[in-house]
Amino acid sequence: MSATTSLSNDYSESNVAMLKAVFNGGLKLLLAPLAGIGLFLLLWSSAATSINTSLGQFPGPAAVWEQIHSLYQEHREERVKEGAFYERQEKRNAARQAKDPDYVVRIRAYTGKETYLDQIITSLVTVMSGFILAVVIAVPLGITIGLSKTLNSAINPVIQIFKPVSPLAWLPLVTMVVSSVYVSNDQLVAKSLLNSMITVTLCCLWPMVINTSLGVRSVEKDLINVSQVLNLSAFTHIKKIVLPSAIPMIFTGMRLSFGVAWMVLIAAEMLAQNPGLGKFVWDEFQNGSSNSLARIMVAVLTIGLIGFLLDRSMLKLQQWVSWNKTANS
Amino acid sequence: MKWLKSLAVKTLVGISSLSAAVSHAELGYPEKEELRIGFIKLTDMAPIAIAYEKGFFEDEGLYVTIEAQANWKVLLDGVIDGRLDGAHMLAGQPIAASMGYGTKADIITPFSMDLNGNGITVSNEIWKQMKPNIPKQADGKLQHPIKADALKSVVTKYREEGKPFNMGMVFPVSTHNYELRYWLAAGGIHPGFYAPHKGDTSGHIDADALLSVTPPPQMPSTMEAGTIYGYCVGEPWNQQAVFKNIGVPVVTDYEIWKNNPEKVFGITKQFARKYPNTTVRLTRALIRAARWLDANNNNNRPEAVKILSQSNYVGADYDVIANSMTGTFEYEKGDKRSVPDFNVFFRYNATYPYYSDAIWYLTQMRRWGQISEDKPDSWYLETAKKVYRPDIYRLAAESLISEKLIKAEEFPDFTTEDGFRAPQTHFIDGLVYNGKSPNAYINKFSIGLKQGDRI
Repeated sequence: MSATTSLSNDYSESNVAMLKAVFNGGLKLLLAPLAGIGLFLLLWSSAATSINTSLGQFPGPAAVWEQIHSLYQEHREERVKEGAFYERQEKRNAARQAKDPDYVVRIRAYTGKETYLDQIITSLVTVMSGFILAVVIAVPLGITIGLSKTLNSAINPVIQIFKPVSPLAWLPLVTMVVSSVYVSNDQLVAKSLLNSMITVTLCCLWPMVINTSLGVRSVEKDLINVSQVLNLSAFTHIKKIVLPSAIPMIFTGMRLSFGVAWMVLIAAEMLAQNPGLGKFVWDEFQNGSSNSLARIMVAVLTIGLIGFLLDRSMLKLQQWVSWNKTANS
Repeated sequence: MKWLKSLAVKTLVGISSLSAAVSHAELGYPEKEELRIGFIKLTDMAPIAIAYEKGFFEDEGLYVTIEAQANWKVLLDGVIDGRLDGAHMLAGQPIAASMGYGTKADIITPFSMDLNGNGITVSNEIWKQMKPNIPKQADGKLQHPIKADALKSVVTKYREEGKPFNMGMVFPVSTHNYELRYWLAAGGIHPGFYAPHKGDTSGHIDADALLSVTPPPQMPSTMEAGTIYGYCVGEPWNQQAVFKNIGVPVVTDYEIWKNNPEKVFGITKQFARKYPNTTVRLTRALIRAARWLDANNNNNRPEAVKILSQSNYVGADYDVIANSMTGTFEYEKGDKRSVPDFNVFFRYNATYPYYSDAIWYLTQMRRWGQISEDKPDSWYLETAKKVYRPDIYRLAAESLISEKLIKAEEFPDFTTEDGFRAPQTHFIDGLVYNGKSPNAYINKFSIGLKQGDRI
């Protein structure tokens, strides 16, 4: 009897200890960051009140919160307007069809403004597609360079020269080339989107190529010897020997360039007036209304948050892929 | 049963649309329905915003996307390369483009967007120095219009100290450039010549004041940064300077030249040829919007200001835009004066593309050397005719009259109209402009190239 009591006591004690540990851990895990954020908000709001610009006071957390609300409100109002737009269009189309039966009804896309949420999505789509395009080019190129010493010394100088160039310097050239090369009547992708996308690609390309080739070169000699002994074909050699050991490096390159790409995209959108978060920031700056600074601050926080989430998901992907590699090998 | 009902509905719709078709007479459906129109964040883009928001574009079966542009060059290139179907343009842009000054392209305008609407602002620092030179009225207020004579000693002082006197305008062929030059020259300050045949397009030859290009929305911040001492720009960027306490508007273009033509709606010649119905329908929608803006003695203006203050249009605060749009203009802080015609969109035949308006711009281009050779009077008219298209305007106006949307009295009498406004007075320097004799007009200016002059 007593044994069981003591056992249950032990149990509850250990339970308490565990709770404590969890609590302590939680304290570190949750409370510390929360305190940090709280402190930041405090500092921010007190600093904001003492900065006066020609557009009024620098926005504090309260003003920014208010703008988040109003941006969301605008988004919802725009959706209502969109609904009305399609309704009017349907009526107009029906009336026209009644009058001239040959008329082929086409639904015209909504012509209203892009809301803040739309712009976030545009930026995300742009950065993703530019990034994927870079992966498609950089990984095979990096592998080829990594495998062949001669090719490496041939291409390396070019890469080294282009690597330190800010993709923004390319932007005017990209814009001009796209507008002269990409001519079609039914443009599936808008030119502006293509411009920012290619800028992102140029930004991601070099670090990815370099990291991939480094990863390929760092494959263990023993493994290469094994491959030679087994007389593996080039394709199998890459698939079974090179890729598994190079993947961590490839992903490091990807993650690095993804972070930079997100930053560059915002700047490119600002500079070239391409739709997205960067354009939103620039437009608000140009508007110079009393809400503008708070709205720009909303964008700053959004950009930060999205950048953080993108980085996290790349990290998770990297971990998952690396685990996969160890499981296979 | 169902088929009977649908038949009835169909006949009804058929009958009602038949009557509509009769009044439509010649004007067919638009060939191109989805359009993209560019603008610069200025209050005088209002006809475009109103045509969209009030459904005038949709009434014509046009689905229009309106897009703010970074600066006038980007906007013009957009129209030329087809990214934009049409745009809010500086009156000088289509003229310069068809002459090949800058980018060569055939741009036409069937619709003039507004009269007046610009102002000249100087920084607080300059204002402090020029204010003592301005004569006062009996009631102690400063006498308006303020002439550049008051600025002359300040410019001279800066020049003697070896500091260049920089001012901003929005584009080399913009109304603002010519207005600023006109005002400065009327006060004896030389704004400088262009010499494109020598490759000099800076416009700084012999200049007392150096003018350079700054995009309109950036004017206040550029002046605040000290890069320029003053600027000439459209609204709301003069009133913005008052609200931000960084400068003082000294003169409006209404005082430099009463009811001067300002922006135009520009499209390419190919567009008008390829899509004639769309062109006429666009013009119709814009005429209706301009009329709405001026209707009932500017009664709709507060609503218009509310629309313009949306972030996707002009985006400045309601109060800033309202100041000039609702008929007042604030000069020095607190010195608010009534200027009912500060922005005119429809009255005084504001929307009709007069040849004489185009010719005035050409005379100023010649005066400042952008046109480096002498041209006969006939050349001025030919060039104006290439760009200004009252024929398209007339088609649009007549169809609006026949649909009883607008009365005939509200338009010029098309049977007698020859495209020239009566000789215009009301310039700040007292000169008279007659569009029929441009060369004689150019010879009247004391500062500027005259017939036979060449840089």
